[in-house]
Amino acid sequence: MAKYSLNTPLTDADIEKLRAGDVVLLSGIIYSGRDAAHKKLTDLLDAGKPLPFDLKGASIYYVGPSPAPPGRPIGAAGPTTSYRMDAYAPRLISLGLKASIGKGKRNDEVKKAMRDHKAVYFGATGGAGALLSKCITASKIIAFDELGPEAVREMTVKDFPLLVINDAFGGELYAKPNLPE
Amino acid sequence: MREIKAADVSAAVARMCVSANTKLPDDVRRKFEEGLKNETTEAGKEIFRQLLENADLAFETKLPLCQDCGLAIFYVELGEDARVEGGVNAAITAGMVAGYKDGFLRKSSCDPMTRKNTGDNTPAIIHIDLVPGDRLKISYMAKGGGSENMSRVTMLAPSQGWEGIKKFVVQRVAEAGPNPCPPVILGIGIGGTFEYAPKIAKKALLRKLDDTHPDPKIAAMEAELLAEVNKLGIGPMGLGGSYTCLAVKIAMAPCHIASLPLAVNVQCHSARHEEVEF
Repeated sequence: MAKYSLNTPLTDADIEKLRAGDVVLLSGIIYSGRDAAHKKLTDLLDAGKPLPFDLKGASIYYVGPSPAPPGRPIGAAGPTTSYRMDAYAPRLISLGLKASIGKGKRNDEVKKAMRDHKAVYFGATGGAGALLSKCITASKIIAFDELGPEAVREMTVKDFPLLVINDAFGGELYAKPNLPE
Repeated sequence: MREIKAADVSAAVARMCVSANTKLPDDVRRKFEEGLKNETTEAGKEIFRQLLENADLAFETKLPLCQDCGLAIFYVELGEDARVEGGVNAAITAGMVAGYKDGFLRKSSCDPMTRKNTGDNTPAIIHIDLVPGDRLKISYMAKGGGSENMSRVTMLAPSQGWEGIKKFVVQRVAEAGPNPCPPVILGIGIGGTFEYAPKIAKKALLRKLDDTHPDPKIAAMEAELLAEVNKLGIGPMGLGGSYTCLAVKIAMAPCHIASLPLAVNVQCHSARHEEVEF
């Protein structure tokens, strides 16, 4: 398994070299967005209105951080469970989203969209919110302030540690449970 | 009648909310250290290493261990000869609101239909048991949404018995896979009714991970379920390994002759809870 340092926005060439199990240290701008924000992003698309950020090459982090204490750019900021965004993800991927970051399984529609449009799904370590916050050097709310922890934030990350869970070729890292038939 | 000051209750609850969210319980830390040593996969060991580093960092910085500081769950034992001026519910709620605000904890409560955040993590979920005496004991748990979503209640037929219970629990953990942040802790409620089984299942999660159930029959059931679940090989964060579950805690209650209620409350590895007594 390979280890890469990548910068956002991600390109097709970046995505094509990644395989499930690879370690990626991601740097640059990523956007936070979880349940309610995805609903609102989709509503904007339905209404033909512009999104608060350019989806082309973008990476969305499924996170609702805790409030930033004084002197820090952000509070704890680990991933939330990704399947709840499966209803929205294929459309965003078809419009240029290159990476989503979360934890847990994705459904077949999301995996197909990642194959069809060259995108990946990264896993970050769930329950390590304090540790992961160290890699976020700046954060500002750029949309949906009223959603509180669910607002869309533009985050600057430096060597954010990720694992490729699903690659753009159908590969998946998660262990299949050993269930007796 | 013993009078307990509401301000004392609120202050203790506020402290407890902040402390539980920033300090990993010692019993959980010991399991992580054990996992770091004994996990069979390198990927699994790496997760334990990160979780121990996360716990150290949270303790030093007072950042929450996890950004999901949970809905605030309280199990309260209130002596029949004790009262809290203004009411125990109000005192606990005031303390929770202050703790979540002053401790920079995330407020995760919202309207179920509009999804509008209530802004202060209210309502606290408070279960009160009246007990003999004049003591007040408040147990707090920060219960995250990711693991709660993987929990289930089912009404088995009595004929399904222990085999049916084991099958349901193992299936549940298998289907949950990496979603609830394994290694998980399972609170299992067996018996009672449709609403009582999950109540005791969640309360069982307040037990120490390394305790042994005083009833040897139930202790053996817990050990058997733990072994069965860990055969799944899901491992830390679903990356494979022998640590899918850290502990199984069973609570039982008599049930209707027609029923075998079963509740599986899944808890993530960040098992944050504390208690205070007055």
